[in-house]
Amino acid sequence: MTLSRLAPRLAPYLQAMPLTLILAAFLVLPIATIVMVSFWDYDSIRIFPAFVFTNYQETITSPVTWSTYINTLKYTVIVWALTLVIGFWVAYYLAFHIRTATTQMVLFLICTIPFLTSNIIRMISWIPFLGRNGLLNQTMMSLGIIHQPLEFLLFSDFAVVLAMVHLYTLFMVTPIFNTLMRIDRSLIEAARDAGASAFQILTNVIIPLAKPGIAIGSIFVVTLVMGDFITVRFMSGGQSASVGLMMANQIALLQYPAAAANAVILLILVLLLVGGILRIVNIRKEL
Amino acid sequence: MNSERRGPGFYVLTAFFVLFVLFLYGPLTTIFILSFQGPNGGLTFPMNGSSLRWFENLLFEQQAVGDFGGAFSRSLMLGLMTMATTVVVSLLAGLAFRRRFLGAGPLFYLTIASLIVPSILISLGIGLAFNVAGLEPAWYSSGFGAHLTWTLPFGLLIMFAVFNRFNPAYEEAARDLGASPWQTFAHVVLPIILPSLIGVGLFGFTLSYDEFARTLMTSGSFNTLPLEIYGMTTNVTTPVLYALGTLTTVFSMAIIVVALASIAVLRRRRARRVAG
Repeated sequence: MTLSRLAPRLAPYLQAMPLTLILAAFLVLPIATIVMVSFWDYDSIRIFPAFVFTNYQETITSPVTWSTYINTLKYTVIVWALTLVIGFWVAYYLAFHIRTATTQMVLFLICTIPFLTSNIIRMISWIPFLGRNGLLNQTMMSLGIIHQPLEFLLFSDFAVVLAMVHLYTLFMVTPIFNTLMRIDRSLIEAARDAGASAFQILTNVIIPLAKPGIAIGSIFVVTLVMGDFITVRFMSGGQSASVGLMMANQIALLQYPAAAANAVILLILVLLLVGGILRIVNIRKEL
Repeated sequence: MNSERRGPGFYVLTAFFVLFVLFLYGPLTTIFILSFQGPNGGLTFPMNGSSLRWFENLLFEQQAVGDFGGAFSRSLMLGLMTMATTVVVSLLAGLAFRRRFLGAGPLFYLTIASLIVPSILISLGIGLAFNVAGLEPAWYSSGFGAHLTWTLPFGLLIMFAVFNRFNPAYEEAARDLGASPWQTFAHVVLPIILPSLIGVGLFGFTLSYDEFARTLMTSGSFNTLPLEIYGMTTNVTTPVLYALGTLTTVFSMAIIVVALASIAVLRRRRARRVAG
């Protein structure tokens, strides 16, 4: 009798247990390890337990760190702005201009499928397009727009931003589309009946109601770009820096405590950015 | 808005959308085409004849670097493991969150944190934790855990969306008819949410199959396929790289199509049953 009364109350704990254990083992524990190791010391061959602040000192006082962080923030702002504008209009088109649910679903899937394929391959696929002898240069030369191939197309900041927009815009489209679909269409009718122009409807009705979706998309894009290293390494051809790339290089040199200190700083910065977004927009209703 | 005549905005946005889709698929199409490059062709256009040379080279000849077959089978295994675990664990957690329980809030935020903590931190953290504990990282242990930190949040969010729209009246009806909790789950809840579970499985598999950043420091001494491909980009200068890209993308697409088709079949079968 007691068991049958206890079972329903215990059930959610048992059901939540696997998720809790996995996250404890592979998220909480690793981040705790990073924090711990960030105070350790190291020499050229190994790391050893200690309690030193040199890793943080060296990271914070190095001008390279600062310029790397600024460069990463630059990527973040540019990619965020571009994905927001593109993502919003794609979502807007799907939500308000497509009339049947089936077409909506099909077009949405068309946008989603590349997200489920390899990022690495999607990056590689820019090479024949942007390279020195790539499609774009060849086309522009044969059209007489340029007379020698543009060198900045591949392996440059331009290529990094382009690839990031290519990879990450979907993270904007999905949450914004989701909020736009939930907007009560009669609100828009009411605004129109009250004499609002299309532009006024957009700025006074749709955008304010889409804010939670914009916030969720922004959190995705900001955290993805802040932590990115592979796109920067690959698309800049090793010529640009980002925090993630700096960490990856320190890891390759086995300077784990230095990488860990960097990771802690990056994590704090990312959490501050996310916190800032959440202060501006309340996303709870969305979840 | 519907039932009205299309304004100029519609045509402008249609053009914009078409450009966006071209932007998404254009580059992929170029490597598909270039993977059929002739035997003497290079990494860029023009096509120097056309052949299956690079697919043959990839599949049947010893590569100077890398172990494509081994990497593929490891990625496939890891993807299947991640898929199964993601489906079961997200489903259980989704059921848990339907009721109030102590720690639900923190667990939810922890799951979201798992999504937004930069991948390289997870990679570094798990690598370090294994290092400190004196364990050898391997794709099936540390790599597996790293992938779950990426797939489980997606799985749980999908389950939230499912259970938010789930009508509890079905369960109440089953209970009133005398079904045990297990019968209610197996014969009522599970069939209703099955299409969504396939969706969770699809995410679990494909996100794991293509994962790179979280695998980097956690895969141990054997590479998964994305790591192998990344390694090839620095060493390989022939279209064999594109052949590999084409093959794995086709494989991903096939998985997506199979998953979507089975969801559609399940939906249609249910609609027919409801109608009949």
